[in-house]
Amino acid sequence: MIRTVLSALLSHWRRRPFQLVTLILGLALATALWSGVQAINAEARKSYAAAADVLGGGGVSALTAPAAAPIPVETYVALRRAGWLVSPVIDGWIEGDRGRVRLLGVDPFTLPEASPAAGSLDTDDLAGLVAAGGDMLADPVTAGRLSAFGDRVVPREGLASGLVLTDLTVAAELTGQQGYSRLLIDPVQPLRQAPLDEAAPDLALSEPQTADDLGRLTDSFHLNLTAFGLLSFAVGLFIVNGAVGLAFEQRRSVFRTLRALGVPAGTLVGLLTIELLIFAVIAGAIGILLGYIIAASLLPDVAATLRGLYDASVEGTLTLSPAWWLSGLVIACLGTALAAAGGLLRVARMPPLAPARPRAWAMVSGRAIRSQLLLAGLCLALACLALVAGGGLAGGFVLLGGVLLAAALALPAVLSGLVALAGRSARTALSEWFWADTRQQLPGLSLALMALMLALSANIGVGTMVSSFRQTFTGWLDQRLVSDLYVSARDDAEGGRLRTFLEARAEGVLPIWNTEGDILGAPTEIYGMADHPIYARTWPLLASLPETWARMGRGGGVLVNEQLARREDLSPGDLLDLPGGFRDEILGVYSDYGNPLGQVVIPLQVLTDRYPEAERTDFGVLVGDGGTDDLRRALEGEFGLPADAMTDQAALKAFSLSIFERTFAVTGALNVLTLGVAGVAILTSLLTLASMRLPQLAPLWALGLTRGRLARIEFLRALVLAALTFVLSVPVGLGLAWILLAVINVEAFGWRLPMFVYPLQWLWLGLLSLAAAALAGLWPAVQLARRPPADLIRVFTHER
Amino acid sequence: MNARAFAFVLSLLPLAGFAQGFAGLGSDADGYALPDPATRFVFPEDHGPHPDFRIEWWYVTATLDGADGETYGVQWTLFRNALAPGGDPDRQVWMGHAALSTPDGHVSAERLARGGIGQAGVEAEPFEAWIDEWRMAGPTLSEVTLTAQGADWAYDLGLDADGPFVPQGVEGFSVKSEAGQASHYYLQPFYDVTGTITLPSGPVEVSGEAWLDREWSSQPLTGSQTGWDWISLHLDDGHRLMGYRLREADGGAYTVGTWIAPDGTPDPLEPGELTMTPLRIAEVEGREVPVDWQITLPERDLDIRVEALRDDSWMRTRIPYWEGPVAVTGTHEGRGYLEMSGYAPPRQDD
Repeated sequence: MIRTVLSALLSHWRRRPFQLVTLILGLALATALWSGVQAINAEARKSYAAAADVLGGGGVSALTAPAAAPIPVETYVALRRAGWLVSPVIDGWIEGDRGRVRLLGVDPFTLPEASPAAGSLDTDDLAGLVAAGGDMLADPVTAGRLSAFGDRVVPREGLASGLVLTDLTVAAELTGQQGYSRLLIDPVQPLRQAPLDEAAPDLALSEPQTADDLGRLTDSFHLNLTAFGLLSFAVGLFIVNGAVGLAFEQRRSVFRTLRALGVPAGTLVGLLTIELLIFAVIAGAIGILLGYIIAASLLPDVAATLRGLYDASVEGTLTLSPAWWLSGLVIACLGTALAAAGGLLRVARMPPLAPARPRAWAMVSGRAIRSQLLLAGLCLALACLALVAGGGLAGGFVLLGGVLLAAALALPAVLSGLVALAGRSARTALSEWFWADTRQQLPGLSLALMALMLALSANIGVGTMVSSFRQTFTGWLDQRLVSDLYVSARDDAEGGRLRTFLEARAEGVLPIWNTEGDILGAPTEIYGMADHPIYARTWPLLASLPETWARMGRGGGVLVNEQLARREDLSPGDLLDLPGGFRDEILGVYSDYGNPLGQVVIPLQVLTDRYPEAERTDFGVLVGDGGTDDLRRALEGEFGLPADAMTDQAALKAFSLSIFERTFAVTGALNVLTLGVAGVAILTSLLTLASMRLPQLAPLWALGLTRGRLARIEFLRALVLAALTFVLSVPVGLGLAWILLAVINVEAFGWRLPMFVYPLQWLWLGLLSLAAAALAGLWPAVQLARRPPADLIRVFTHER
Repeated sequence: MNARAFAFVLSLLPLAGFAQGFAGLGSDADGYALPDPATRFVFPEDHGPHPDFRIEWWYVTATLDGADGETYGVQWTLFRNALAPGGDPDRQVWMGHAALSTPDGHVSAERLARGGIGQAGVEAEPFEAWIDEWRMAGPTLSEVTLTAQGADWAYDLGLDADGPFVPQGVEGFSVKSEAGQASHYYLQPFYDVTGTITLPSGPVEVSGEAWLDREWSSQPLTGSQTGWDWISLHLDDGHRLMGYRLREADGGAYTVGTWIAPDGTPDPLEPGELTMTPLRIAEVEGREVPVDWQITLPERDLDIRVEALRDDSWMRTRIPYWEGPVAVTGTHEGRGYLEMSGYAPPRQDD
């Protein structure tokens, strides 16, 4: 019996292959975006762990100098000669193709065997590493990004991604670093050694960096991706829900017949569940494949972003675990269950003698719309609660999700009202029918329209956020990058000579000297600011006390960046404890986009007095009109500075902007994908509806409307609904943008951005959604126009 | 000759070096200075490094009696290896080996350091040779303190020479093969030693005698020489005997040495005059190593048995070798050190 029943059920899909395609496609797309994002996140986390393992010495602890100052070679030698088995490391960055690459210079002669770097090397590597112009070992993908270094680069499987391993001297030469970044302590030490505070009183024991540190820093980024994956999944589920609901509704007669023939409700539901499970597994598998493609194509951009923003090494390779495959399938099945639960419930409750008429699953009653509106209200209330009471990034995302869901759920009710309003102003019978019929169709299309709404408002919101950010960021860069040329000396002594040299030739020399220290328990950059009028003119302050700049000039206070101010709830006038037991008044808060760390600016003189170890190698130079190239050449000639020690403003700006663009490339791509999924949703809904609408259209045809006219009206209807949905999604999108800029960004990055609106963008998006709707509406319309009249006549002969 | 530096060179070169005998030691001297028979030693300058040559070592072995009645052996070695010709201090790598033989076992340690930063080096006057905290230093090379340590052992010894430095070969020009490979080579076999060794069980006062080898070269071996067996013996009648057997890939050997009178007068032996015949093979770390030897020098009526105090005197260094104290019995009594290198590890099926 079961086989017969199953074949009866499945025959539906044979008759409507397109519906099957819709179902599979929706589920596959939903799974694809979700598992793609998951794959990216997993890959990034794995990279952090590997990098932290190698960079942090894999549990091998290290000695570091205060303020992350370089450790002099003499200190290292003194420690070795005092019996301390320590091994120097230079940790820096070099420019590779498509962004920076982490460079780890090790001393192969003293490297502790327990360190992961030693595990990556074997005896054969030694000669190449320590040869003049020594080898640079990198995993094959990273090696591919080091074309500038020619055949020095040796690809090596198994190295942490995004990392180049070299000999110490090579690292010193490539990074220009004097001294060592840290000294790894061999777990096995000799019998006797001088006390550490005698051999190297300045150094402190530091615990290795762990993956958690990077994880915390990048959490917000990954949460962003996850939210996008979830959104796409939700949009995909709308499609599935629509397709499953339609299939159930169209098979009502089959169900009734089967039940009448004695098939128990439980068996029927069970078989339907099995049928759905099969679809879910197939669609899930397709979705996982698509997800892999999405992840593989997005990962390079994600990697570039993570490198640029957080100094996190992630490489563009994707390895997939069985767990990932399994989770993709599970999420596909869960999604199907979620989307089909309602339909299955209805089948289970259906009395055997229910009417066989496919009574418009679509024609949900006004009550259904009202209950959906109620649900929307609940979502909104939850969102408001999250805004008021909730905190943190999670709260921000609850707010975001609540608003989006509320807007989507309220959409049918709002559209219905708008269409009713339009119907009242109808003059002719035809237009009256048009509006009435549109309103009647609304429930059937509502799921697709809700999906479109989600996609459009997400698009507007994210687009507004990115554009606002870009405008703010560009303007901020213009203000912040005041110097024409940025010059780095190789050591403090050269820095001193450089300063004298520059002061004679430029309009102004602004030392950019800094150190690092713990402020309120977190590592913070401390910069010295020269007393120069240009800062007062250009430095972007968000909040300040009166006479900020005059007081800075007198050496009486500090400026803090927005991140630190928000994190610690600081405002001008508060007192701030600085390392070394100093306490200063906060004079102002400045914006500092793109920096994950807190930052404090103190007057230059104060910096050099309090923290004499601060590096004094970097200078900004105000050159004046067009003298940049001349000065660059003079510096090359006089100091033999390498080209990468001098960066002009334009190059720095271009670099910063390129990081910015890469950061949002992923967001943009996911945005487009979501919109695509919504487009498919509309198309499928219209197509399935079209086949059910013949009974409604036949009488109009009989009254004298041509098939062509009817087709045009149907087409117009699709456009009108899309246009209305678009108009409604604009305010929702703007709300979304506000949440992103004022809540999510603050929580995730520590800065709040002003919001700008870009009506031209909306225009494009509006045209795009109209085009999508037009494309989706065209096919059913054309089919209608070509329908043989006999089909329409047959409507009247069928007893339905 | 105790050219264990082969291990050192080997550790720095790709394993492909195996194909051409002892890698660096058997390869061309391309660009490095070559030993010259006309060169005469000038002290103390020649106690310092000769960076134009490829390899060089300061090699001390000591046989010691403890206040506890036990016999101990000590090794302290500093190797210099140039990465490139030209003598640039930055392009030198230093390697230290230290070992302590006790009745309970043989422990060894190894240190490496890049040149040019002061982590390791040698100064001729006042004399100091060091790598990390390991040190051999004193007003002159004839009067030095010697110290080294591992994870749970250490030694601090005073070395005082009561005899002259002894050039090897012809006025210090020591030929290593029939093809003419050679090194500059001198000894100080007349050190008296007193001091302390520190064991996990506590310190032990020791005294005895020590032997210094100083040698530098650029390509002392031919490509077909596969390893060597080297002895440095203090005989009870005041004579010293240094001898080595360079093994050829075809099974032959080149055996030479020096018979040294109690006043330090050297008598270089002709190739083949000295014979070294293994009497017993021990399995050490999976390798077949001869630890018991019959040594004859008919010219001096010498027919002795040289027997390792411990079969397992194995240096667990990057490239491992055998080095340990030996007892001398037969026509002459005495003690000394034996070194054996180039014994291939067991074939691994992988």
